Amino acid sequence: MSDRWNAGVIPYAEMGYWQPDYEPKDTDVLAAFRLVAQPGVPPEEAGAAVAGESSTATWTVVWTDRLTDYETYQAKCYAVEPVPGQPDQFIAKIAYDLDLFEEGSIANLTSSIIGNVFGFKALKSLRLEDMRIPTHYVKTFQGPAHGIVMEREYLNKYGRPLLGATTKPKLGLSARNYGRVVYEALRGGLDFTKDDENINSQPFMRWRDRFLFTMEAVNRAQAETGEIKGHYLNVTGATMEDMYERADFAKELGSIVVMIDLTVGYTAIQSMAKWARKNGVLLHLHRAGHGTYTRQKNHGVNFRVIAKWMRLAGVDHIHAGTVVGKLEGDPNAVAGYYDTLRLDHVPADPVKGLYFDQDWASMAATMPVASGGIHAGQMHQLLDHLGEDVILQFGGGTIGHPMGIAAGATANRVALEAMIKARNEGRDFLHEGPDILQAAAKHCRELDVALSTWGDITFNYESTDTPDVLATPTGL
Amino acid sequence: MRITQGTFSYLPDLTDDEITAQLQYALDRGWPMSVEFTDDPHPRNTYWEMWGLPMFDIRDAAGVMHEISECRKAYPGRYIKVSAYDASKGRQTTALSFIVNRPADEPGFRLDRQEVSDRRIRYTTHAYATDRPAGDRYSSS
Repeated sequence: MSDRWNAGVIPYAEMGYWQPDYEPKDTDVLAAFRLVAQPGVPPEEAGAAVAGESSTATWTVVWTDRLTDYETYQAKCYAVEPVPGQPDQFIAKIAYDLDLFEEGSIANLTSSIIGNVFGFKALKSLRLEDMRIPTHYVKTFQGPAHGIVMEREYLNKYGRPLLGATTKPKLGLSARNYGRVVYEALRGGLDFTKDDENINSQPFMRWRDRFLFTMEAVNRAQAETGEIKGHYLNVTGATMEDMYERADFAKELGSIVVMIDLTVGYTAIQSMAKWARKNGVLLHLHRAGHGTYTRQKNHGVNFRVIAKWMRLAGVDHIHAGTVVGKLEGDPNAVAGYYDTLRLDHVPADPVKGLYFDQDWASMAATMPVASGGIHAGQMHQLLDHLGEDVILQFGGGTIGHPMGIAAGATANRVALEAMIKARNEGRDFLHEGPDILQAAAKHCRELDVALSTWGDITFNYESTDTPDVLATPTGL
Repeated sequence: MRITQGTFSYLPDLTDDEITAQLQYALDRGWPMSVEFTDDPHPRNTYWEMWGLPMFDIRDAAGVMHEISECRKAYPGRYIKVSAYDASKGRQTTALSFIVNRPADEPGFRLDRQEVSDRRIRYTTHAYATDRPAGDRYSSS
């Protein structure tokens, strides 16, 4: 190490960024990266380079490091393991000292961990697979504005998944017609309806008009059923000031929930989470855009990391996959996302793609939302894969019902309640699911029609993004 | 109308055998049961009257079913619900809750609109039943 401070370029591994004997501290932030190095770069050097470029290093030796307690601030790559069945790929585990991060800031955390390093030339590709956030750092974040327990108590709805639908068509409806869809879906039996991610304030429907007509619909449906109803009013806008203006108006009209898109950015999400807690309004997050960087296995950020960041950032709902619907979602990987959002202690589980234990230290849980190409005929599979603390969103599966929107909503609600009842009675609901639904359809024509319309629609494509472990038991 | 609060309101009313099966599911998970009743079904009426304390020590469904029957005898014309409570850390909330008795006639709700400026409307959900004094809201209540 005597050459460590000679001017010039030396391997990252020799600068202290590769420390195979390092034992991570309880307070360290840990990260697991999947990397593919350029030819000739040994995996340990690649791992050290990731540690270096995501913490203190630059491309050459700088004497000013010696003005610091640099051994604290250097990230340490402490393990490099080959990925089973993927000859070029390695998992590098890296430990970061807690002092590297600003308290309660997702922006700061991510500027380090995924800042420069993803464009680093010595790597062909790089993917952030998982992180362990130490409880010391967890406790500096607000977390979900309300969380699953408070949401259920506020809605007075227990013992079953919640039901929702996204208003369709997602673009082009006038505010008045839009409110019609909301009213029919809610009075028919859904708990929530939802703006789509790209419904903000366009020429065919300005936000204020949408909010006014939608709240008329929500309140009418509430009076008709005696149940609390909500519509996620999307307050996504061009500036923080726009978003606050829209959210304040939604609150003033009595909406119990507002919505933002992931595209607004981490800092805006944290600001809205603070607003949501202060104002007693639930905060729904649509993960718009995530597929651009979460889906490909060799480069980007795994969605389980986004889920973890968003629970820290403080959203009450986040879209997290359906398994059986039209969008990407390997069953084991989705189970890992749901665990990350809902459990207080998440044990490491390679089958679910969870590389580290994660302790949430009593931070409230985020409600996962399953949306995209699901219908009543899949209710037994949805309940089996996703459990009870989830919002099942049937957009097309409500609005496309041949007897009308309210009928579609009723079909979904009856299917859900029948399945919960059967599960609680101890029946093997996964295998008897179709029979349970058929029996329920005998007293519900809406469900009968739904089953004959969509009963055998499936989306059986192979998943792109699956955990890589030996003997992965995957498949529907 | 039929208010649709509770886990099973969209199914035909559960028979006593079906209710017993649900109670057993909850009791098997260590969730104590409680029975509550009301004549004000407003969706934000959180505090229904308690039919005794939560049954922390009753482990068999028949015991809970007995309390439901007694409550029905005393208040045949009111809403009665049975709830299971999960006291585990991180939950400490209701785990399952469903209606086991309804008034013969459910008059439902009126939506009151107060028109204010800039096209805004303030909404209030009004239960017709609460137009009458408590205890005198449903026939044979």
